[in-house]
Amino acid sequence: MPIDLVANVVIAGVLTGLVYGLMALGLSVILGVVRVVNFAHGEMMTIAMYAAVVLFTTLQLDPFLAIVPVATAFFVFGYLLQSGLINPFITRPEHSQFMLLVAVAIIMVNALLMIFGPDARSVQVDYQLESFAIGPLLFDKARVYASTAAVMASAALFAFFRFTRTGKAIRACADNYLGAKVVGLDVKRYYALTFGIGSACVAVAGCLMVLLVDVSPALGPAYTLLAFVIVIVGGLGSMAGALLGGVLIGVSEALAGLFIQPSAKSMFSFALLILVLLLRPQGLLGKRP
Amino acid sequence: MNRRAAALLAALAAALVLLPAVASSYVLSVATLILFFAYTGQAWNVMMGFAGQLSLGHSLYVGVAAYAAAGLFFHFGIGPWAGVWLAILLCVALGAAIGFLAFRFGISGVYFALLTIAFAEFTRIGFDHIDWLGGPGGLFIKVEQREHLDLINLRGPPQMFYYVMLALTAGAFALCAWLLRSRAGYYWQAIREDEQAAQALGINTFRWKMLAVILSSALTALAGVFYAFYYNNLFPEQTFHISRSIEIILGPVIGGVGTLFGPILGAAVLTILADAITEALAALGIEIPGVKQVFYGVVLLVVVMFLPHGIWPALARKLGLEGRS
Repeated sequence: MPIDLVANVVIAGVLTGLVYGLMALGLSVILGVVRVVNFAHGEMMTIAMYAAVVLFTTLQLDPFLAIVPVATAFFVFGYLLQSGLINPFITRPEHSQFMLLVAVAIIMVNALLMIFGPDARSVQVDYQLESFAIGPLLFDKARVYASTAAVMASAALFAFFRFTRTGKAIRACADNYLGAKVVGLDVKRYYALTFGIGSACVAVAGCLMVLLVDVSPALGPAYTLLAFVIVIVGGLGSMAGALLGGVLIGVSEALAGLFIQPSAKSMFSFALLILVLLLRPQGLLGKRP
Repeated sequence: MNRRAAALLAALAAALVLLPAVASSYVLSVATLILFFAYTGQAWNVMMGFAGQLSLGHSLYVGVAAYAAAGLFFHFGIGPWAGVWLAILLCVALGAAIGFLAFRFGISGVYFALLTIAFAEFTRIGFDHIDWLGGPGGLFIKVEQREHLDLINLRGPPQMFYYVMLALTAGAFALCAWLLRSRAGYYWQAIREDEQAAQALGINTFRWKMLAVILSSALTALAGVFYAFYYNNLFPEQTFHISRSIEIILGPVIGGVGTLFGPILGAAVLTILADAITEALAALGIEIPGVKQVFYGVVLLVVVMFLPHGIWPALARKLGLEGRS
């Protein structure tokens, strides 16, 4: 097999993986702070993708511009979901929270199926067909733009948690629920804020992903599982880990598609998940609990 | 169980035994489906309801058992009564492997659930590439002698399938009722409520959790064999899909996790409601995919929010079925 073909496939995998990483970052933030497993994460991703498709087909809005309205709407939606539905479940047993989000996920994926039908939708913009060439290496324009935007969004999120007062307060809630309450933080409000931020992440990732793949309702559960795989492989609570996990999964999917069969690609992700859970349960970049 | 509950149970059992004499073939097929979900729900309940280990990958056991029995029958003409042993063996081996890996490496809670999903998904995609078992195109068992009763090969009229499923459900119910009052049942409940405390009391939590997983996977294997011979076609996409696993756990979650009647009640409520809504939509001439599942989701949401322990505990209190005689 020619080496430049392999290199190009790896490049595409890395670039797609960064968008995966942003999606997983949303899950990681929610899981790390609120400690609720957002089982509807991939379904939210597909809703964002459909939103971008609808905005594109009705208003000819470029998916990069669609990020603004979609992410805003998702932030509000996530905030309301957490404060209205999930906050009362914070003290309930784990499986009870899990079932709540399974219910939300089932409703979302099938509502999409009812509205849009099972067929795949996509957007067509002219830069999807163009690419940058450096020697024999090809960089798809759409992939380059999308991954750059994903890295920028991740960096913004990182700065928010590191440098702003709200970000620090959220980290305090994540570190010590009781302690945060004692010093007077309104923990439930910060939880809602966090869910909103995680949802906004997924909205951005969805708007970017629609440039790279066609969207169908069946993608929802697949993305949920993918996001879990990435977060666990990368390490819970580690933002860099989510991006690294995304890239790893992106590359492994791309290579599996090249060397074996495209249909077998997610088998490797699950094999990777099983290995990491067993050998390094805290994830590649996670801290030991 | 008090006297009132025992009388009710006897009446229910009698009604179920006599049902095929009066029911139409449509009602009978719905009843068979209810029993199927009641049985698999009961099997799942051993793991989650009794021992507190959340499995979201029970479609793995249904699928592997179904493919094992169907494969033997399809290629070698070996009937289900022999195939079921291979199915149980494979499922127990899988369950033991998952349990061993998870419990040895200290994986619990949501991480355990994710591990079970990962194994099921891994297997689903794997079966897509096993040509010997039909791959993505599916495995089909010949449908013959529909009217003629052939118990050896599990071929026969719908009544036969109904009674097989009824016997399985009754057997699982009796087994679970006995288990709950046995030493294992008390150990499991102790582990479910507080694993560290159970360990401190000297319970070998690893061994008892393993027992729960193995028992649950073996019971589910029987359902898988039934599934193969009832539906006569198997597709990896359908058999192993995560929505199958969720379907299995919906019954016990809605009926009441950890209770004996919960899985049965939940399966009945869900199947009947889902069928009613399908009928109603068909009568109105609406045919949109996904409506039924949205409805499932809403029911699940409402139950999880307002009846966190399921329908059965609330109903039992209302009917005065609680307390021992």
